[in-house]
Amino acid sequence: MSGRIGESPRRADGEGKVRGDFTYSSDLTARGMLWGATVRSPHPYARILAIDTTEANGMPGVVAVLTHEDVPGQKLYGLEIQDQPVLAFDVVRYWGEAVALVAADHPEHARRAAQKVRVTYEVLEPLTDPERALTDSAPRLHAGGNVTRHVRIRHGDQDARADVVVSGEYEIGMQDQAPLGPESGLAIPDGDGGVDLHIATQWLHVDRDQLSEILALPPEKVKLTMAGVGGAFGAREDLSMQAHACLLALRTGRAVKMSYSRSESFVGHVHRHPGRLTYEHGATRDGKLVYVKARVMLDGGAYASSSTAVIANACCFALGPYECPSATVDGWVMYTNNPPCGAMRGFGSVQNCYAHEAQMDKLAAALQMDPVELRKRNAMKTGSRLITGQVVEGPAPVEELLDRVKSFPLPPQGGGSSGSFPLSPQGRASGRGRIAAADLTQMPGGVSNTTHGEGVVRGVGYAVGFKNVGYSEGFDDHSTARVRLFIVDGRPRAEVHTAAAEVGQGLISVQAQIAATELSVDDVVVLQADTQVGSAGSSSASRQTYITGGAVKAASEAVRERVLAMARSELGRSTAARLENEAVVSSEGEVIVTLATLLGDAVVEETREFRPRRTHRLDPETGQANAHLQYAFAAHRAVVDVDTELGLVKVVELATAQDVGKAINPQAVEGQLEGGAAQGLGLAVMEEIQVKDGVIRNASFTDYLLPTILDMPPLLMEILELGDPHSPYGLKGVGEPPAISSGPAIVAAIRAATGKPITRVPVRPQDIVDT
Amino acid sequence: MKIACTVNGRPRVAHGVWEGSSLLAVLREHLELPGSKNACEQGECGSCSVYLDGSLVCSCLVLGGQAQGREVVTVEGIASGGVLHPVQEAFLEAGAVQCGFCTPGFVVATHDLLTRTPHPTTMQIREALAGNICRCTGYAKIIDAVHLAAERMAPR
Repeated sequence: MSGRIGESPRRADGEGKVRGDFTYSSDLTARGMLWGATVRSPHPYARILAIDTTEANGMPGVVAVLTHEDVPGQKLYGLEIQDQPVLAFDVVRYWGEAVALVAADHPEHARRAAQKVRVTYEVLEPLTDPERALTDSAPRLHAGGNVTRHVRIRHGDQDARADVVVSGEYEIGMQDQAPLGPESGLAIPDGDGGVDLHIATQWLHVDRDQLSEILALPPEKVKLTMAGVGGAFGAREDLSMQAHACLLALRTGRAVKMSYSRSESFVGHVHRHPGRLTYEHGATRDGKLVYVKARVMLDGGAYASSSTAVIANACCFALGPYECPSATVDGWVMYTNNPPCGAMRGFGSVQNCYAHEAQMDKLAAALQMDPVELRKRNAMKTGSRLITGQVVEGPAPVEELLDRVKSFPLPPQGGGSSGSFPLSPQGRASGRGRIAAADLTQMPGGVSNTTHGEGVVRGVGYAVGFKNVGYSEGFDDHSTARVRLFIVDGRPRAEVHTAAAEVGQGLISVQAQIAATELSVDDVVVLQADTQVGSAGSSSASRQTYITGGAVKAASEAVRERVLAMARSELGRSTAARLENEAVVSSEGEVIVTLATLLGDAVVEETREFRPRRTHRLDPETGQANAHLQYAFAAHRAVVDVDTELGLVKVVELATAQDVGKAINPQAVEGQLEGGAAQGLGLAVMEEIQVKDGVIRNASFTDYLLPTILDMPPLLMEILELGDPHSPYGLKGVGEPPAISSGPAIVAAIRAATGKPITRVPVRPQDIVDT
Repeated sequence: MKIACTVNGRPRVAHGVWEGSSLLAVLREHLELPGSKNACEQGECGSCSVYLDGSLVCSCLVLGGQAQGREVVTVEGIASGGVLHPVQEAFLEAGAVQCGFCTPGFVVATHDLLTRTPHPTTMQIREALAGNICRCTGYAKIIDAVHLAAERMAPR
């Protein structure tokens, strides 16, 4: 049973996943396969003087050792700018950059041989400060200079002045997507000069097109099939081991598997951009924004990846979901010798949300106004004009979302017992609470037994954020679906075939639900995604339910129209009006013919491309354009307890409200809101890739701290379905907003609890404790 | 080297195992049991959780040779043939499965918890599953699933 839209059927891949027999990319195997390993740079910046593979070639079990000389086609690749070497030549630009490849009969043989590839480097001083990268004295890391993109937005009066002005500088650490499934896949030579790659990715076709150029093979000789994906969150947008496995397979003529270890995964994919954001907000005395000046500096690391789009988001949405007559925004994303950064859930709208929400709280304090009231007074709504000049169409319920999160009852004080942490009306705790019989698990520090309530204060904070859904700036956004309807054992079955990546979010269910609804059948099978059907675009930008959902809807409607036409022409039943309960019925609901009888042995198949409205590129001087398709909004409230003596934070509760337009699968929507909030909590108080002199110091799950079930508090939620008049079923993208304002709400709560400015995330003990 | 042990109730022998292999690698690469997942290789994420002589362990932290002569139960051994275990049913029904990479570990760890504590409180669930990382769900539906499974397995 596939379920209809608005229901929450069991996911079709669920049984395999709970049994352990669902095949992820790292589970793939083939008879006689080899294992690939990657030789990586131990320096963040160095000139390659020589690569000697002699010793590695002689190691036990080794079948091939490859360098950049073995790349037959394009030696550079990249999503937006082709600047990243498949295998490094001349220079390495980041710590962990791929330099050479080994294929051997056992993973340990491959790893040991990789250690015997002798690369002679001339070590160079790494450029690790993006501000310095902007100066003339900095080394130029790429031929075009160090500025990957500069975005300028000029909106309204550039000389605007205001009665009340607040300013601040905010710093965001580097976050990792940390999908649990490692980068992995299996490349199999097809025996005819081509290659079949089974891979966990977010976008089969963009992988295919890049591989075709790298391998110097026509696209039809590079066939990709989706393997089970163990999470993505942006980490699988760029190539990782795809080209490497294919190169080894084509060279050896044998199947080659590659699967990264966790430590290799940390250098095998891009991360969320760290940033430094400088803001000035001007407002009237009654709390209306007059102008905002923002300077956004993102560190893109060694290669461009999707940096050019990330900086556009960081600038377009720099003010948050507020109306403001004037804005001056300058954003840079820079090349440095730090790890490359690119897509991660929220995509530029996370970094700026920390800054604009901190600024709104600061402004509220300066105005002695309630922070939620200030936000509501400036809230964006339908018809508001963004700083890019684009008018917001469709629901923009910022005020309502804030009201909803504020109206949830606050949790009991002091670990659910005695009300020991009294809250002042401003949300600022008075502190000095004590709990007689402390439940340690509810305390900052938990069962480490670091406090029984001494020095613990509570705070409440609010944040609201928004971002674009779908591709922006004229990027051709579309998806393709093939839908077939036929009879199996006397019952109709629909088959849906797209190239869209199920990465865990539940797209497999959503596609089936849409086809089931449009064709009024219960039996829908979603085929394995592959490149034998047109591109679906990526599973990113919160876009797949909208875009691929739109394609499945269009193809299903086309099938339905053909079926109805069959009833009219073949049976002469001109009253055939719609499908219902696996039958053609009249507009009065009279059954004209069952689908089983009408179709017989026939297969009705239709393929449709779905294209939403076009978007346009930002003007390079003014940043003005109708650059975006749709906006998604969410608000969060956080309640925290902070041990002010040790600087430890316990997030007590989160609450959220989000407009999803239409919940196609309510359970999956809830899962997105819960999972996104956890990733937001991670960046706020736990997660940071520690980079020193270009080297990652914590490339493991022991040292990179992910939220566990003990860290994640209860999440209250309210899901609004306000309906977008332009999208299929009125739906909105869902996946990213939960990861945007959750973290800033937590930081706001820590500020409220402690009175400390807290201008950096993740928040560290030393940011809370006076030293 | 050769390792003989009982896996999911059946005697199994793994041949040609490299001495440095973990139990996880033996299960995945030699015994065709890839249900236990390799996500961190250092016992932080719990994706490789199995029973070893009835104790819940991270199989990535157990040397393959340590399983010699012992009894291993993996996620593949939790269902009774075609019938899912109530823990597995509950994870599906509650929506506790997204990408699912952590799910095998959570299923085994939850099975262990409910064997010891048939009616855990939410806090007991949090403590028992603190060694399992999920990056997709934010854990809310996992907690729901454990309560649901507890209710089904031992109705009050």
